[in-house]
Amino acid sequence: MGNTSSMLTQYDIEEVQEHCNHTFSQQEIVSLYQRFCQLDRNGGGFISAEEFLSVPEFAVNPLSQRLLRMLDGLNFKEFVAFLSAFSPRATLQQKVEFIFKVYDSDGNGKVTFSDMLEVLRDLSGQFISEQQREQVLTHVLEEAGYTKNSLLGLSDFMKILGNNGLKMEVEVPVD
Amino acid sequence: MNSSSEVQNQKLTSQLDLDLDFEFDQPSGKLRLRDLLDISPTLTEASGAIIDDSFTRCFKSNPPETWNWNVYLFPLWCLGVVIRYCFLFPARVLILTIGWIIFLSSYIPVHFLLKGHDKLRKKFERYLVELICSFFVASWTGVVKYHGPRPSRRPKQVFVANHTSMIDFIILEQMTAFAVIMQKHPGWVGLLQSTILESVGCIWFNRTEVKDREILTKKLRDHVQGAENNPLLIFPEGTCVNNNYTVMFKKGGAFELDCTVCPIAIKYNKIFVDAFWNSRKQSFTKHLLRLMTSWAVVCDVWYLEPQNIKPGETAIEFAERVRDIISVRAGLKKVPWDGLLKYSRPSPKHRELKQQSFSESMLRRLEEK
Repeated sequence: MGNTSSMLTQYDIEEVQEHCNHTFSQQEIVSLYQRFCQLDRNGGGFISAEEFLSVPEFAVNPLSQRLLRMLDGLNFKEFVAFLSAFSPRATLQQKVEFIFKVYDSDGNGKVTFSDMLEVLRDLSGQFISEQQREQVLTHVLEEAGYTKNSLLGLSDFMKILGNNGLKMEVEVPVD
Repeated sequence: MNSSSEVQNQKLTSQLDLDLDFEFDQPSGKLRLRDLLDISPTLTEASGAIIDDSFTRCFKSNPPETWNWNVYLFPLWCLGVVIRYCFLFPARVLILTIGWIIFLSSYIPVHFLLKGHDKLRKKFERYLVELICSFFVASWTGVVKYHGPRPSRRPKQVFVANHTSMIDFIILEQMTAFAVIMQKHPGWVGLLQSTILESVGCIWFNRTEVKDREILTKKLRDHVQGAENNPLLIFPEGTCVNNNYTVMFKKGGAFELDCTVCPIAIKYNKIFVDAFWNSRKQSFTKHLLRLMTSWAVVCDVWYLEPQNIKPGETAIEFAERVRDIISVRAGLKKVPWDGLLKYSRPSPKHRELKQQSFSESMLRRLEEK
């Protein structure tokens, strides 16, 4: 049996391409659709958390839970838009925006000390004590001219991360 | 015993890290805010896994390329369908039915009448099992080329093979009556398992029962010691893979039994049909029907040189070495995943390794001036 339940029409492909600001070529979108259908095993039109976690490489990633919150209930168009930050055609701005969104879990446009601490906790696990994490974070924040109570916005992130360029690219395999 | 297997697991999981095809830019220099906020390597890894991952590739059945796409080839294909479904299929069902009749009418008397003469009875039963397997293979027009010396009945040896479908067992069984470890299946397959396969000495297990393992290992050990028992066949991958890749071999079972391991490599030629049994997508019955309505099942079986565990080699290393031998012979790519991840999540060990390396790097850079 084939692994795609329905084929994409040319209209669909163009619509998705518009939605992701042309960061993916039409061939890449077709490949991504095949992948989407492969992961969406029950054919519900979106990939559930279970289905994502069935990919062991994803499940072992320290940030998988945070990403699952962002991936929850996305249809194919939104799925492609989510991945657009990883296309080689994506701008630096788009990449930094994506990272900002990962930090800004409540979506209010401001990243707090506790947001940054949470991500640090996911990345370091039990290997650094909570106290040490707070210490290190406070230290580097102050060095960069912020304080523990600062609220960082997107422009701050651009300033901090945008200097040396960001290596954040994934290649979509095209048959 | 415990600490060395822990170290082994560590080594293996770092191997896992390396094999994940992604290189962390080893950062250096004093730790700055940028370094803490820059989660791009981890995010890239996650997206890479979402877009394409080596584990899912192992279980992907590629739909065959359609060749009936123009006006000349299409009628030919239609003719082929007619021949396959209306002539070949009934003929094959007939052959299979005849085979079963012969088998049952010989097996049942032999089983009951020769109750007292075990050795003779076993000999007949073995022959009959090989016979019914040959009938099965004929029912899909199996074209099997066997290479290498046929398995011999000797104690202290175990046969291992890569696994693509339950028909692997039938293909090997028609040449030699093996005893095999199997997962108990429901339905008619289960019935066959509990009656006929009992006679060749099969051993059952339940994937979900962890305590089962010790009992299982003991059963295996006992079986291997007996000179009268049929040679034992194990599929160390633990699950069916699509015959383009091999997943990690389980060390428990075949490689810890303190005996010689004889590798068998099986490679199917997908030219007429893809023999991969995607157990998530179809039942075994549908799978068999698909095979019986295609032209032929073509495969190569290589009986490879028996291997013994080398001094200083752990069971895991031994298993990997044998997997290497089989993969090279059958042209399969190796993948660093445990096949049972199909049914369960990876252990937190892998994530913890990543967290550990991140923490160490961070603390190290904190010290730098």
